[in-house]
Amino acid sequence: MARIGVFVCWCGENIGRTVDCPKVAAEAAEFPGVVHSVDYKYMCSDPGQGLVKEAIREKKLTGVVVAACSPRMHESTFRRACAEAGLNPFLCEMANIREHCSWVHEDRGEATAKAVQLVRVMVEKVKRNEALFPIKVPVTKRALVIGGGIAGIQAALDIANGGKKVVLVEKEPSIGGHMAQLSETFPTLDCSQCILTPRMVEAATHPNITLHTYAEVESVSGFIGNFDVKIRLKARSVDIKKCTGCGLCAQKCPQKKIPSEFDEGLGMRTAIYTPFAQAVPNKPVIDRAHCTKFLNGKCGICQKICPVGAVDYTQEDTFIEEKVGAIVVATGYRLYDFRNGEKDYGIEGYGEYGYGQYKDVIDGLQFERLASASGPTGGEILRPSDGKPPEKVVFIKCVGSRDCAKGLSYCSKICCMYIAKHAMLYKHKVHHGTAYVFYMDIRAGGKSYDEFVRRAIEEDGAVYIRGRVSRIYKRGGKLVVVGADTLLGGTGGGRVEIEADLVVLATAMRPQYGIEALAQKLSISYDEYGFLSEAHPKLRPVETNTAGIFLAGACQGAKDIPEAVGQASGAAAKVLGLFSGDELEREPIVAHVNQSQCVGCFYCEQVCPYHAIEREEKRDKAGNLIARVAKVNAGLCQGCGACVATCRSNSIDLDGFSAEQVFSQIGGLK
Amino acid sequence: MSAQRKDSPEKTFAEQMAAETGIDVRKCYQCGKCTAGCPMVPEMDYTPSQIMRLVQIGDREAALRSATIWYCASCLTCSTRCPQEVKIAEFMDALRERSLKAKKVNPRARKIIAFVKSFLGGIRRAGRVHEISMVMEYKTRARDLFSDVLLAPVMFVKGKLKLLGKPVKDRQAVARIFERTAGAK
Repeated sequence: MARIGVFVCWCGENIGRTVDCPKVAAEAAEFPGVVHSVDYKYMCSDPGQGLVKEAIREKKLTGVVVAACSPRMHESTFRRACAEAGLNPFLCEMANIREHCSWVHEDRGEATAKAVQLVRVMVEKVKRNEALFPIKVPVTKRALVIGGGIAGIQAALDIANGGKKVVLVEKEPSIGGHMAQLSETFPTLDCSQCILTPRMVEAATHPNITLHTYAEVESVSGFIGNFDVKIRLKARSVDIKKCTGCGLCAQKCPQKKIPSEFDEGLGMRTAIYTPFAQAVPNKPVIDRAHCTKFLNGKCGICQKICPVGAVDYTQEDTFIEEKVGAIVVATGYRLYDFRNGEKDYGIEGYGEYGYGQYKDVIDGLQFERLASASGPTGGEILRPSDGKPPEKVVFIKCVGSRDCAKGLSYCSKICCMYIAKHAMLYKHKVHHGTAYVFYMDIRAGGKSYDEFVRRAIEEDGAVYIRGRVSRIYKRGGKLVVVGADTLLGGTGGGRVEIEADLVVLATAMRPQYGIEALAQKLSISYDEYGFLSEAHPKLRPVETNTAGIFLAGACQGAKDIPEAVGQASGAAAKVLGLFSGDELEREPIVAHVNQSQCVGCFYCEQVCPYHAIEREEKRDKAGNLIARVAKVNAGLCQGCGACVATCRSNSIDLDGFSAEQVFSQIGGLK
Repeated sequence: MSAQRKDSPEKTFAEQMAAETGIDVRKCYQCGKCTAGCPMVPEMDYTPSQIMRLVQIGDREAALRSATIWYCASCLTCSTRCPQEVKIAEFMDALRERSLKAKKVNPRARKIIAFVKSFLGGIRRAGRVHEISMVMEYKTRARDLFSDVLLAPVMFVKGKLKLLGKPVKDRQAVARIFERTAGAK
């Protein structure tokens, strides 16, 4: 005879405001099989869990229903509490009366009635629950880190220093990411290269790290502890083992007018190139789209000149397979394209700022290259059109960000700080110049951040104007920036017109191109803007909803360097925790085949997304084959139920979600 | 609590306007891009963003009495550029209607209203503007008989002023337009 306990949670006001919790508990007490029913303000708290444990012991409960939040939130909490009181955790179920009820309804009477229904349904299910035991699976103690920017480097180093092997994959020819492009970093103005490049070298030479640059993740299968990853090594056209990195090839390459990606188009590179002098590895690749040899078969100078014969035009993409136990995604960001807009997202660029037709309207990363000692101007701030130092520079914040009309409503978070830094660097280099900053708000929340912005204003004389720029147009050799100082009123409405020499747009931070495709390969979710979703915005910020896959850096949301590094170390700690044991426990929600009933059609094999269906041969005592039937590999099965729905002979059932349980739930609705 | 506010009978001015026009001024975050691009700002007493602010804080009186709503030329630059997609120019029109209805029209708007009425009066009668009648009507309404009067003979010689107006064929259709737009006079 079932002895079920029902525990109704108020969730503070979250549930209690809309649902009459004492009434739900009172009604639940009358359900057949329920021997105990209470409500409490915070069931997940220590005293709340105590109520559950006490009732299990005293009332000898055979099942528990917690009517509270989503199982995503606290199922594990209450199952743990049940286990501590000696009840098999899989005899505990959540009735979701928060997300599915109180949060989405307003009428108290109706919401309460629905909550009662949800509890009744769960009571019916729990009566038919059976004790289940976790499945143990082995763990491959190697991690894959996708992306070799500062977040990826940090995660890889932390895992490697923890004594575990790491495979680091970077799609560009060198690791370093955007941080390698930066001039100096806020709020200390230390040189970006000086703090980054030693880390790059450390990552490349670490005995526990295998580095694959110019490589991309092709496909991922498996599950936590046991992922199989296929990596595409793009053809470099240079044998990286032979190449000494002498650089002769790039010197002699006749194609010298290719806009450099590293210099954001402000400098030029050759067809055979390393992205920058401090690249790691310092070995070139051939950009086949621009190389004369690949375009019309002539040239071949680099091959002739190479002293070690490393240039190989016949190289093709190759694939390698790696087995890993955990994956850290650290693919970083790119900037919003104010020139062309974001066509994939149906967003136009900024027509009122000239759609990029003015050479002297540049974005933040381009300014970084102008200010960087390794940049195309050697660190001198010269405007792109005529190479003269600009006398007046206008910085415009929130371009693309906080702009519903352009489809990106979020704040990109780093711009307030880097614009203050830009204004400072500019004043340090062009003493007689004036820096104007158009802003809407100054968001400088961070250690020593606000002081930094004040320094730009008070010590370096940056002129901050509160207002969004309406238009930029060309008059003579100048760019006229039209704005309004909203802190002034009166006649003219605070209208401001500045004849600028250079305009820098602080464009929005966006996730990298192709992030959706990668997320789909990894079966992780992303938001409407393409940022990867964390498992919980507060309490699980580095995990994804797919076990064993973690996030680091700006792929998850706009972030500055300290935050990206912090999250990377957090992800690394999670990975090391995962690798601390030899086995993992997995939820035993897996499918089972009733082999005496299975007709061997193997439709289940076709629909299983996890390749968990195996074929088993049944033989009689004489060894004659009598049937081929399906069998579920419990290590691979994720409990999705696709096979159950497909099975023609009704021979497959899902532990924890059997047909009987589900039908009894439906039958429980009144 | 937003839930309580929703149930309360007292709607704020901004909420009322949002319900009636579908334009929600609460979205405005006072960036001033509308003001920066507005060609009429030098004539205005409040900037367009300040009008948005007046509505946000519920100062109906100041908003309806402002000259700004009448000096708005409806060029739509503000509406086009607003990052929060507030239809500012369209909102000005809604404020003008309410200013007229509440009899709170700014004295500086007298001539503007005289012009609009004379223009629309001609359209209502004939379906198109007859310049001479319009000018006469405007001058009477605005009590400004003699300004620009020397331009008349020049324009007449150049054929810009026709003695007789020619009404459009389907005047019923024009009447229907006026009917549908609430017959505002």
